[in-house]
Amino acid sequence: MKILICISNVPDTTTKIRFVNDNTAFDTNGVQWIINPWDELALTRALELKETTGGAIEKVTVINVGTKDTEPTLRKALAIGADDAIRVNTEPKDAFFVAYHISEAVKNEGYDMIIAGIDSSDYNGAAVGGMLAEFLGVPSVSSVSSIDVEGDNVSLKREIDGGSEVIGTQLPFVAIIQKGVAIEPRIPSMRGIMMARKKPLNVVEPVEADALTEFVSYELPQAKAACKMVDPENVKELINLLHTEAKVI
Amino acid sequence: MPVLVYTENWDGKFKKLSFELVSYASEIAKMMGTSVTALSIGNVEQNELKKPGSYGASKIIEVKDDRLNHLINSAYSSIISQVAESEGANVIVFSNNFTGKALSPRVSVKLKAGLVSGVTALPSNLDPFTVQKKVFTGKAFANVVIKSDIKILTLSQNSFEIIETENNATIEAFTPEFTDNDFRTEVKDVTKVTGKVLLTDAEIVVSGGRGMKGPENWKPIEELAELLVAATACSRPVSDEGWRPHEEHTGQTGKIIAPNLYIACGISGAIQHLAGVSSSKFIVAINKDNDAPIFEAADYGIIGDVNKVLPEIIEAVKELKAES
Ligand SMILES: Cc1cc2nc3c(=O)[nH]c(=O)nc-3n(C[C@H](O)[C@H](O)[C@H](O)COP(=O)(O)OP(=O)(O)OC[C@H]3O[C@@H](n4cnc5c(N)ncnc54)[C@H](O)[C@@H]3O)c2cc1C
Ligand SMILES: Nc1ncnc2c1ncn2[C@@H]1O[C@H](COP(=O)(O)O)[C@@H](O)[C@H]1O
Repeated sequence: MKILICISNVPDTTTKIRFVNDNTAFDTNGVQWIINPWDELALTRALELKETTGGAIEKVTVINVGTKDTEPTLRKALAIGADDAIRVNTEPKDAFFVAYHISEAVKNEGYDMIIAGIDSSDYNGAAVGGMLAEFLGVPSVSSVSSIDVEGDNVSLKREIDGGSEVIGTQLPFVAIIQKGVAIEPRIPSMRGIMMARKKPLNVVEPVEADALTEFVSYELPQAKAACKMVDPENVKELINLLHTEAKVI
Repeated sequence: MPVLVYTENWDGKFKKLSFELVSYASEIAKMMGTSVTALSIGNVEQNELKKPGSYGASKIIEVKDDRLNHLINSAYSSIISQVAESEGANVIVFSNNFTGKALSPRVSVKLKAGLVSGVTALPSNLDPFTVQKKVFTGKAFANVVIKSDIKILTLSQNSFEIIETENNATIEAFTPEFTDNDFRTEVKDVTKVTGKVLLTDAEIVVSGGRGMKGPENWKPIEELAELLVAATACSRPVSDEGWRPHEEHTGQTGKIIAPNLYIACGISGAIQHLAGVSSSKFIVAINKDNDAPIFEAADYGIIGDVNKVLPEIIEAVKELKAES
């Protein structure tokens, strides 16, 4: 079985969000770039499966649609343990554009399990995984919180709003994952970092593709009014305020 | 060319967020001078089925098939695309929950329709079609233009008011065409949380953090939640420690919620936690540290020990309930 993991390159989760050029662009000054947290969990789980299923998993590949600037992120994925990497050499314009590029790059490569995150922590598109499945004409299983492999069988757990389901699927398919598939993301070891330098990072040139949406401007949320402090000796006052002022209870 | 709404159900009844969605679609339809069609897939009781009419839908399309009792992404997105085409819909709206996130991208590709997820308000402009959405996990908003003829939106939960109207909607059955490829996944087992308020549907959420000190101290949180018909939630370390089930974890890597009231007990208010709860209408924080960042996000705060404050809150709520 061959596994492909889609990797989105995003600002570190503690980044202070600022905009420039009259609020039309995200200020990337001083930003640390990381593997989107979901994608890091997906990679961690894929490597666990590769180690524990006795040869059932042949190869774990990572892919990113992005310019040369995203290579350190792909190298980090290789250092964590991916076997090889693909970079589609273009600036990602929107989810439709990204998913189409991934589908074109991998449609003849025989990946059995393709994993994407439920969303990227920057633009929160929540779209690439499902779109990719549709472009490839394969099933998708979404909000996945656990992945197990036994021989050629894949068993997944899907979270629904009021519970969870166990799902079986034909291969190939796309899993769109969220929390649960792995607990702690793996970090690269010294040896991993050394080995990553020699692993293949294949650059693929882009094709003709459309973007259907365009981000035109940004705003920061309005500052919140100061917190109203209630005397701990008079807790009743809080309930009064919630009842008469906020009118929420 | 109506606005099409996918109205999701749970146990044979529409979810509350489906009505929020119909209200939202009705306002878009007014802006565009058109009507709203609601689409229901699966088993919904007959007297429930007409309800989207009370929020502005003028037509309700029902698709029923035994194979559709569970969500199957390929089959469902195929149905939605077929209905959109037969209705000539040029705007399709979903909720930005697990289901909407699962289906909208597939429909987007089928119809070559631009998708914007996590929309927070009505379109600010129809030409070019411009909507606002959350980005950076709630830390900012973006204005996005959709360039395709058909537009798909997923609406952030609790961002639009449910508005009731008088409207008698017609109900129509629709028979979609399927291929074998639409049924390549299979639901083998289902675990449902019953008798509890769904965290993502809840108006009030009572949440605990590491400051609660251990699972044995959760009684007051559960009691308060029950009194307020609220859902319970927790911070990430709490679910990582196994003090509470994983479904309760809110934040950047957990559930993103937007209730009317979020009560944070012994939660410091780390940026990753706030990313999941900062859209709540009101936040109450109880923390013994007056420097805790949660107070910057909160509307009401009490500096004190949860073990002392929570029982007093419970008493005060009981008194309020007895009075009214
Ligand atoms: C990539 C990444 C993603 C993350 N995602 C999430 C996420 O989705 N959700 C999430 O919650 N966290 C997330 N975190 C973790 C986050 O950074 C914080 O560590 C976490 O939210 C802290 O949880 P806490 O507030 O319960 O605990 P603490 O930070 O330990 O805070 C406990 C608080 O309780 C107070 N307290 C202690 N005793 C009492 C008492 N007796 N009475 C009243 N108050 C008391 C303390 O003053 C303190 O403020 C993430 C971190 C990373 C790096
Ligand atoms: N530029 C990209 N290259 C490769 N994969 C991506 C890219 N952008 C998003 N993805 C994948 O799609 C998931 C969801 O991202 P999004 O739809 O952008 O919110 C991410 O977790 C990645 O797995």
